[in-house]
Amino acid sequence: MSGPREYDDIPGTIVFDGRRARRGYPLNKFLMSLNRPENRDAFRADERAYLDRFPLDAEQRAAVLGRRWLRLLEVGGNVYYTYKLAACDGMTFQDLAGEHTGMSPEDFAEMMLSGGRHPDAGPAEGER
Amino acid sequence: MARLVGGVGCSHVPAVGAAIDKGRTEEPYWAPYFAKVEPARRWIAETAPDVCIVVYNDHASAFSLEVIPTFALGLADEFPPADEGYGPRPVPVVQGHPELAWHLAESLVLDEFDLTYVNEMPVDHGLTVPLSVMFGQPDAWPCPVIPLCVNVVQYPPPTGRRCYHLGQAIRRAVESYPGAERVVVLGTGGMSHQLQAERAGFINVDFDTRFLDGLVEDPAAIAAIPHIRYLREAGSEGIELVMWLVMRGALGPRVREVYRATHVPTSNTHNGLLVLEEA
Repeated sequence: MSGPREYDDIPGTIVFDGRRARRGYPLNKFLMSLNRPENRDAFRADERAYLDRFPLDAEQRAAVLGRRWLRLLEVGGNVYYTYKLAACDGMTFQDLAGEHTGMSPEDFAEMMLSGGRHPDAGPAEGER
Repeated sequence: MARLVGGVGCSHVPAVGAAIDKGRTEEPYWAPYFAKVEPARRWIAETAPDVCIVVYNDHASAFSLEVIPTFALGLADEFPPADEGYGPRPVPVVQGHPELAWHLAESLVLDEFDLTYVNEMPVDHGLTVPLSVMFGQPDAWPCPVIPLCVNVVQYPPPTGRRCYHLGQAIRRAVESYPGAERVVVLGTGGMSHQLQAERAGFINVDFDTRFLDGLVEDPAAIAAIPHIRYLREAGSEGIELVMWLVMRGALGPRVREVYRATHVPTSNTHNGLLVLEEA
C-alpha cells in the first residue's frame, strides 16, 4: 500500500505504520537495546559512543541526544520504544505522553484527572 | 471436555502494576480505582479457573521490530516477567499449561488460524498487570496461564472481526480438549487512550460505553468496527480493544454481564474491567 492513508488527517496523531517502521528501524533497534541493564549502563556512561553502534541518521541521533520526544516519533520512533529512553531518564509514561503535547507535566496531569482530552477538543497546539 | 466458564476484559496500564508493586493502592489517586477492582477479584476467586488464557500484547519486550507475529501462542512451561527497560516487575513467574497450549495450537492452526508457536518468551505488563488486577500479590499465580500475544503495536493489527473469529475457534479448541479444565479467557488492553503526539491524553467515554454495551449484547456489530474508527474515536492506542473481541468470541452468543467498572484516569487511560459468564 502506498500514498496517503485514511488516518493521515487525524489531528495530532502519528500511526506507527510501515512508513514509520522503515524510517525508524535503526532508531527502534537502539531503543530496544535499552531493555538490557548492561546496555542502559553503557548508554548512560557515554551516550554518543553508545549511539555509534547503531546506524541512526543525523536527525534521529540529534533527537535522541536532545530528548526531543515528539521529534523522535516524527523520525520513526515508536512510542513504546521511545518510552525505554524516557524510563532511562526516570520519566513515567504520563511524563512522556505529556511531553508530546507541549503542555507542562502539571497541566497534562490535571487534564487527565479531569477526564482527559475530550473527543471534541483538538490537540494541544496546532494540527499535524 | 474442558469448558469456558467466563471472560474478563481488563485494561493493562503499567502504572496500575507499579501502584500494586510499590504498595500505593491506598493513596488518594489509586484508592477509588482499586475499590472498583474488588468485585472482579471476588468473582475470579469464587470461579477458581483451572487455566487462564490471557490475550494481550507485547510492548517491545519479547518481540521487537525484527519479528512481529500477528498472533503468537505461548507453549512453554513458564514465562518470566520481562525487563521492559526499567527492570522486571516483582511478580511471580507465570506457569504455563503446555499440554492445553499445544492442543490449542494444533486445533487452531488446523482450524485455519495461523498462529506463531513460541517456546520461550518473557511476558511484560500487558500480561502481568491483568493478573495483578485480578489476583493481587500472591506468592504464586493461582493457576496456569496460556499467553496469546496479539500485535497491536505495529499498524495494522488484526481486524476486530478476525479477533472475534479467533475467539470462536478458541472455544471450539477448548471444548475438544479431553481434560476437565475450567477456563477463563482474559482480553486485555484499552479502553480509549492515546499515548503519543499532540493528541496524547485523548479519552472517549462515550465510545467506550458503546463498545462495552455492544460487546455484551451484539458482539458481531462490535467486531465490524474498522481500524479507522478506533484510531479516530478511541485514540491511537485504543485499538488494543480488538483483543477484548478474542475473549468475547470465546464465550457463547449469549452472555451475562456479571460486573462492569470503568475509571478515569489511570495514568493516561480510561480503564475498563468487565466480567462475563455464559448466559
